[in-house]
Amino acid sequence: MSVILQTRGLSRSFSGLRAVHEVDFDLPQHKIRALIGPNGAGKTTFVSMLIGRLPPSSGSITFEGRDVTALPAPKRVGLGMAYTFQITSVFGKLTCHENVALAAMRRLGGDTAAVDAEVREALTRVGLADRAADVAGDLSYGHQRLLEIAMGLAQRPRLLILDEPTQGLAESEIADFKALIRALKAETTILLIEHNMSVVMELADRVTVLNFGEVLAEGTPEEIHASRAVQAAYLGTGTEEASC
Amino acid sequence: MSARYYWGLHLGLIALLFAGHFVLPAYQHGNVARIMVLAVYAMGYNIAFGYTGLLSLGHAMFFGAGMYGMGLLSYHFDAGALPAMAAGIVAGAMLSLVVGLLALRTAGVSFMIVTLMFSQALAMTLVYFRDITRGDEGFVIPSATRRLWGMDLSDEAHRYLIAWGLFSIVLIFTLWLVRHRWGRVFVALRENEERASLLGYDAFRTKLGALVISGTISALSGAAYALLFGYAGATFAGVQYSIFPLLWVLLGGAGTVLGPFVGALFMFYLIDLSSGVTDAYMLIAGVALVLLTLFLPQGLVGEVKRRLWRDLP
Repeated sequence: MSVILQTRGLSRSFSGLRAVHEVDFDLPQHKIRALIGPNGAGKTTFVSMLIGRLPPSSGSITFEGRDVTALPAPKRVGLGMAYTFQITSVFGKLTCHENVALAAMRRLGGDTAAVDAEVREALTRVGLADRAADVAGDLSYGHQRLLEIAMGLAQRPRLLILDEPTQGLAESEIADFKALIRALKAETTILLIEHNMSVVMELADRVTVLNFGEVLAEGTPEEIHASRAVQAAYLGTGTEEASC
Repeated sequence: MSARYYWGLHLGLIALLFAGHFVLPAYQHGNVARIMVLAVYAMGYNIAFGYTGLLSLGHAMFFGAGMYGMGLLSYHFDAGALPAMAAGIVAGAMLSLVVGLLALRTAGVSFMIVTLMFSQALAMTLVYFRDITRGDEGFVIPSATRRLWGMDLSDEAHRYLIAWGLFSIVLIFTLWLVRHRWGRVFVALRENEERASLLGYDAFRTKLGALVISGTISALSGAAYALLFGYAGATFAGVQYSIFPLLWVLLGGAGTVLGPFVGALFMFYLIDLSSGVTDAYMLIAGVALVLLTLFLPQGLVGEVKRRLWRDLP
């Protein structure tokens, strides 16, 4: 099984505070990996380094065999990585169609018909097809999250990083989201930061747990579910809490 | 609304201005010629400010580069109209490339200050090297240059038609550009630069492209202004001429293709009409501007876009 993304010794400190520390991480192709951990565990810092929003203090990132540690974010996106924001970051004054078209255009260029088809498909997959002409800023929070995902899909990425995609979604929308991600598995590799445990348990092939910026555990959802260390980190009954 | 409607609207304006050549009384005919040349400047400014969100306070340097690039070649070397115009346009393109490479390392308020400073430096340079540029007093463009294909460019009719031709080309180019994917990425950068970067667009290079297009069109306007109205002077590179296109674009509607023309037209006649009434015409113009900003903050065409025609380019 080939590894699409690998980090070695990846670290990031913010003025002395170790947000992410010496993380070795391997992500095989066509798998769904969930990244979980308590608030402040360093999940968003970690994926921000993967996509290039934040430079690491030390360590390396390899994407499809190529060292991308020094590449700026747009170049990494050009290689096939895509990222959807935790705090929705759509183009609020533009229509949904235009938002997704911007995502598709970089890959498809000036071929308007192909861009339009791609936009229609991406919006249909997330269930926003009938909102195409609406201004993104007028959508509900949940719908803006779905629009973010559509923008990720329209890029046809080799690796799709979703930062808390189900936050703010209704139960029915979460069910649709699960079906969508399962269908995507054949096309792409997915790294999912997620708080909703039902999403993690049902979707992920493997789960990585971050705590205090370090990998606490990694395994199948069942293994993680049963892990005492993980329970301790989440519930705060272990000795880790005393050290912070 | 479909493409047919907005092409109709923009081509309609071009047709209307062409008809103006035959029906306008002499005084208005001259005014509209001047407004069309200045609207080219405003349309150039609008690409940087209105579409890409680059608030420059130094576009007079590009207008001035066009004017002096064209004027100096004419004044010192008796160049013909076409080579002189080409020199002006190239000067503006080169200057916007160099200024862009440096100034675009900043953003927001810093970008405003850096562009203002570069522009002031150019204006000072024009005054300082008075042996070459004739300093403050400027110079008249020699009549040898003001001939094109046997036409005398100081002639009112030729002047109007050339101004109309340039205006039409730049209007259609702008309409094409903002519908093109480059123009759409400009807007994406204006709206949310970080998001655009994470969709794979190189923000620096795209903004540089926008600034060079903007500076080159501004230079075209400066060169045409000197060629058609026969004078180049350092005032045209001064801070006032950096503020004018900002005002025109704001009044007409930033990020609309027609806004710059409407804004330039409105402000020209606002000053023209109020100076006919009183010597304190700037007072009237100022109050009108304040009222517009209060009640039509999107500008004249911008309000039409907001209320009636959302996908007007």
